[in-house]
Amino acid sequence: MSGEAADDTAAAPADRMPEGGVPRLLRGVRIRYDEARETHMLLAPERALRLDPVAAAVLAEVDGVRSVAQIVDHLAETYAAPRDTIATDVRKLLLDLVDKRMMEVTP
Amino acid sequence: MNAPTPAEKTGTVRRVPAPMAMLAELTYRCPLKCPYCSNPLEMSKRSEELSTEEWSEVLRQAARMGVLHVHFSGGEPAARRDLEQLLSVAVEAGLYTNLITSGVGLTEARMKDLSARGLDHIQLSVQGTDSQTADLIGGYRGGFDHKMKVAGWIAAEGIPLTVNAVMHRRNLDRTAETIDLAVKLGARRIEVAHTQIHGWAYVNRAALMPTREQVDRCSEIVEEARERLKGTLVIDYVPPDHHAKYPKACMGGWGRVGLNVTPSGKVLPCHAAESIPHLEFENVKDKPLAWIWADSSAFNAYRGTDWMPELCRSCDRREVDWGGCRCQAMAYAGDAAATDPACIKSPFHAKMQDMALAEAADISPAYVYRTL
Repeated sequence: MSGEAADDTAAAPADRMPEGGVPRLLRGVRIRYDEARETHMLLAPERALRLDPVAAAVLAEVDGVRSVAQIVDHLAETYAAPRDTIATDVRKLLLDLVDKRMMEVTP
Repeated sequence: MNAPTPAEKTGTVRRVPAPMAMLAELTYRCPLKCPYCSNPLEMSKRSEELSTEEWSEVLRQAARMGVLHVHFSGGEPAARRDLEQLLSVAVEAGLYTNLITSGVGLTEARMKDLSARGLDHIQLSVQGTDSQTADLIGGYRGGFDHKMKVAGWIAAEGIPLTVNAVMHRRNLDRTAETIDLAVKLGARRIEVAHTQIHGWAYVNRAALMPTREQVDRCSEIVEEARERLKGTLVIDYVPPDHHAKYPKACMGGWGRVGLNVTPSGKVLPCHAAESIPHLEFENVKDKPLAWIWADSSAFNAYRGTDWMPELCRSCDRREVDWGGCRCQAMAYAGDAAATDPACIKSPFHAKMQDMALAEAADISPAYVYRTL
């Protein structure tokens, strides 16, 4: 994503996806393993998105209970990756789903 | 993504990927009479409709062959009393279920039942933003008021809602109000779709054809609303072919993404495909759905790029728009294998645009309402 200089500060995504926020897929949005295509798919109204392994791993953590911080911590530990990098990727994916009206975040 | 194999590059189809979606037209019966209805002019009767058992088998076959979304449509699918039963079959088969409805025929009790059975999504049509206009277009008095109630029941159940708005000459000046209505009804999504001029809409084209100014204004309103409503309402926009430079990838490409099963069980690559007279369509009563999809002559007639005229085959956009709409080529060029006349490169492009401009400038005739 590109944008105005002001959008490049981490403030905007962090405001909309705070670490304490709890993400949840909206009703009518679900993940299913598709045997015909041998991949995880995100199914939503009029949309079927092929999930790459990274997106599938992130969304597998979204259970409507755990916060963004807890999800990031767990992924950073599981994949032994820098927390900042993981946090940026997770936020980007989740915010994209919020904009697509597939996800909501309870503060 | 893997690079295409040489066979795929030249358009030779060796292995046909599974379809993503199936449009299940449960019945052609409908209380509304919209003059742009996508159903064919010659419609099969109730006595020819597939039975509950036959539809159940189609749904199970679809799921097994890799279909992900099933769209229950019609006519008005709620006119089938076994809609609830068929929904449950689809849910058990693991399909993502969508109900495309006018709302007429649905009650609060039916909505609760559909919700409890696991309906994933509803698309509710709106013909206008006030009862007078909407009921005139739909040809059904009281339709608008009933739809507003249905939207309330959908919201109460929490089922995701898409508002389907077909736009044309008589309602295009209300695009902004239409989008506002979708927000008010709690929709997550709206389809702002310019009328596709096929079937009944072709009969009514002079009454439906918008002016260039109406189309341009509508596009601007959609662009502005998309930004403003980000995170509230997703807007899918279907631009009109008659004012376009390039065709749309009709159905995402012939026999590439989806299939359509008619009330009597015929399997079509798109809902208007029967307007191509030389094609023969197979029936689910006679052949397995997977065979029809992969091997029948109708599905292979315009699949991939091999069938294309040189104009399309040598074009960079051949795998962007897949040659556009075959039915439109049939209607204007008299040849379903011609380049879609919506394309600026088509020799019939000027004819199509001139016809549209002349119709838009003329006085609008009365509607010829859809009848069964």
